[in-house]
This record gives sequence, structure tokens and C-alpha cells, in this order.
Amino acid sequence: MTPALQISGLKKSFGGLPAMDDVALEVMAGERRLIIGPNGAGKTTLFNLITGDLPRDAGTIRLFGEEVSRLQPHQRAHRGLARTYQIITLFPHDTLEHNILLSLLGLSPARWSAFRPLARHAELYTEAHRVLGLVGLAHLTRRPIGEVAYGERRRVEIAMALAQKPKVLLLDEPLAGLSREERGTVKQLIAGIPREVTVVMIEHDMDTALDMAERITVLHYGSVIVEGTRAEVVADPKTREVYLGD
Amino acid sequence: MSRVAWLALLAVLLAGFPWIAGEFYVNLTSQIFIAAIFAASLNLLVGYGGLPSLGHAAFLGMAAYLSALLYLKLGLGHWITAPIVLAATTLMACVFGWIALRATGLSFLMLTLALSQVLWGTAYRWVAVTEGDNGLRGLTRPAPFGISLDDPAAFYYFTLAITVLAIWIMARFVGSSFGAALRGTRDQPRRMSALGHNVWLIRWITFVYAGFWGAVSGLLFVYYNKYIHPASLSLTSSAEGLLGVIAGGSGTLAGPIVGAALVMILKNYVSAYIERWNMLLGFVFVMIVIFMPDGLVPGIRRLWARWKAK
Repeated sequence: MTPALQISGLKKSFGGLPAMDDVALEVMAGERRLIIGPNGAGKTTLFNLITGDLPRDAGTIRLFGEEVSRLQPHQRAHRGLARTYQIITLFPHDTLEHNILLSLLGLSPARWSAFRPLARHAELYTEAHRVLGLVGLAHLTRRPIGEVAYGERRRVEIAMALAQKPKVLLLDEPLAGLSREERGTVKQLIAGIPREVTVVMIEHDMDTALDMAERITVLHYGSVIVEGTRAEVVADPKTREVYLGD
Repeated sequence: MSRVAWLALLAVLLAGFPWIAGEFYVNLTSQIFIAAIFAASLNLLVGYGGLPSLGHAAFLGMAAYLSALLYLKLGLGHWITAPIVLAATTLMACVFGWIALRATGLSFLMLTLALSQVLWGTAYRWVAVTEGDNGLRGLTRPAPFGISLDDPAAFYYFTLAITVLAIWIMARFVGSSFGAALRGTRDQPRRMSALGHNVWLIRWITFVYAGFWGAVSGLLFVYYNKYIHPASLSLTSSAEGLLGVIAGGSGTLAGPIVGAALVMILKNYVSAYIERWNMLLGFVFVMIVIFMPDGLVPGIRRLWARWKAK
């Protein structure tokens, strides 16, 4: 079986400082993969390289067997790759509905229509409301992002990615900065993502993260140091050394 | 009053204007219309695309020069020159956009400035073709359906019709899904490309589109003046448009129209009384930026809302 995401020999350095050093990674279709590692391990950089937000220095990235490392970010999105951001990146002056619309438009041919009013694309609005319903925000569709709570914005982040019905979904610390109850809501939301979607998730908080993933990759200084099942990774002394603080 | 009532009142005022106003004011208003199309097209880039350009006069000037040259050198009529001019200037916008959009922000601004300065320099120095500083004279206005546009009122209605059409189409552009994507690329370009939007192409199409409407304003400009001088391609000409957009309110539909009117009135009316009208324009601009930093239209709207809430 072809892996959903296959990375080999991936390298990236910033001004001579290696941030990603010969990383190899294979995620099977439908898998729940967790990426952990201390601050500065290169987790977000890895995501940025997968999506093409940053150009890689060397290495290959394959999505379902297709080499995508020379493609622009928008082309990778059209191949079924979606992501969320650790630092919430939404359109703060626009409504929740409009944020989801922009996500839907990204993959819809309607994005090139330059004369018909956006408001007449009723099918996009229906879909946007459905997606906001999925994340429990149907009651806030017309509210500007700037007026809703932080936890709700986190859910909009996820909704924007889910709206695209991605094949591979990259979640960058989806629980960051959330309260205990909010964590519960978002965890449930992530648990409810359809099984055919491959999910790669960065999570800082070991306790929350451990019960969500099937396989875990530990990054340290831009290298994969441990990879395996939950039990294997927890048992590995290297994990303890770099992550759990000896 | 409702929005429809306001629009109806505006329509009646604009339609009846030549009946009540003198020739000077009719001509001034025609010039405001032309400046409004120019500013509105620039606003697509500046206001909705977040791409400040200091070279938009390139399209106005290029269209005007081309129209003049096709008439003077080849003796072509307006029915033939107008589509050729629009097509050629839009093609130029394709190339200019391709060059300028290698960058964004300040570098984009400098590239647009550089490109338009090349045209300005050419118009100044290539005397054999452009007559240099003398400009090209001896031009005519078109006479659509046998109606001569030399009459100020006739030209007024002609320009009004084109302006209404242009502003309406640009408003549809802004309100379309493409317009929504364009604003998205202004606010969060990286997010937009992660969502599958081709940010570069969206910007380039907008640049070309703005260039096309800039060319339309250039045609009207040369019809009005029956004369074209390199000054129309100059930095000042571009800056006046940008000033109009910012003073009126960038990223709003009415803003550039109000801003263009302000610049035109200061330029044509006040300059009769004050020699240094540029100084006054600068002063007015500074005042607007201090008291209504996002422009006249959003500023007045805010005041209006506050007054109504009382």
C-alpha cells in the first residue's frame, strides 16, 4: 500500500543552522500520527515544508505516491492536503461564515467567478453552515472572528481545514491555549474526524496527546530520534532524555 | 431614507446637472468622472488587493498616447482605435503585472513606479513620435451615432454613462467570489495559498483588470482634453490617483469617487484662486489622515452613525 504521506531525506536550514536534518517519515492512509518534541525541535517547520509554506533544501515529499515537493502550496491543497496553524491565522474582520467560505472557495471553480455576487452561491453558504455545525458553532455564523472567544477561534481553524474534506490533515497544536473543558470539546472533534482522513498532529502536551495517536514520532533538533507505537515510544530511553527531561 | 431612495436622488441630480449648472461645472464634473474611474481601478489594487501602486498613470497615459498616435499617424477613426487601445494597454498590463508582482509591498510600489517612469521618460524623450514636451495636439472627440461630443453636455452624458457602467462592473468584481478571494490574499496571503488559492494569479488578474479600467479612463481623458502631454504619465499623475483613493477611503466603493472628486475640485477650482494648489492639496490630505485615517467615506459614515445614535 502506498503511504498517504512519505518523506525522505528532508533538509532545511535557516542561515546555516539546520532546522530539519535528513528527516524520513511514512504515514499510512487513515493513520493517526502524533509528532512530539521539545520547543525548537522543528515540528512546525516540518509542517511548513510539507505544505510548501517553506521551500525545502533537499529531500522528497510524496502524497499518495505523488512527488509534491516542487508544487506550490495551493497545488498541494488541491491534492488533498490541509492544515491548521498553531498561531491562529484567520480573517479577523470577517464573519465565521465568510472564513469557511474562503476555505470552500479555495477548492471550488467558483473562486474564478468575478461578476456573479458571492451571496448568490447558495450552495457554498449551505456547506459553510454545515461545517460550522460540525464544530458546534452554527449559532455564531454571522459573528466576526474578532468578536468570538479564543476557544471558538481554535474550532474555526479546524473547521476551515475540515471544510476542504482533506485526505491528509495536519493539525498544529490544536489544543494550544485551551481550557480544560475546551480541550474536551476539541479532542472529541478530532476524534470524530472520518477514519479515511489521515491525521498528523503536533501536540506539545504529552498527556493529552498520547491517547489520541496510534503511532508517535519524536523530533529533536530537526531529526527523528524515536518512532513507534505509544508503548514503544514511552519506553524508549531517548524519549525520556529529550522530551520528558531525563 | 433607504439606499434605493438615495440612489434615485443621485441619479436625478446627475442626469439634471447640465440643465442647472454652467459649462465650467459640467466640464469639471466630466473630469471628476474620468478621475473616478481611474481612482476606482487603482483602488482594486490598493484597497482590495493590498498592493499600493505608484505607477497607475502608465495605463491612463499609454491609452491616451496610443489613441492619439493611431489617429495622428495612421488616421484611424475612434471606432477602430478604441478597441485597439484597450487591448494593447491591457496587454501591457499583463507584462507590467508579471514584472511588478515579483514582489509585494514596498518593492511592488517601486517596481510600478519604475515601469511608469520608463513610459514617462519615453514620452518625454522620443520626440520624433511623441513630440516630447510639446505633447500631441490636434485630436478629436468621437461622435458616437452621429452625436458630436464637443458639446460639454453631450460629453458629460457620454462620460457619465461609461462611468456608471465601469463603477457597476467594478462593484460586481469586488462583491464576487473572486473579490472575496482577493481580499483574502490582502489579509492572509499564506493562509489563502494553504487553502488552495493561487495568490499570485489572483493578484495578476486584478492587476490586469485594474490596468484595463485605467486604460478606459485614459481614453476618456484624451477625448476630453483633445491633447496629451508626458505629464499624464508622470509620478504626480499616479500619486494624485493614489491620494484620491486614500483620502476617500481605500477598500470602499464610494471612497475613490469621493477622493477623486476632492482632488479634481482642488486642482481645477481652487487653483484659480490659489496658485500653489498642491500645497493646499497636501494640507487637506494631512488633515484627512489625522482626523479620518481610513478616509473620508468611512470617517463620515462613522460620524453619521454616531449622530444617528444620539
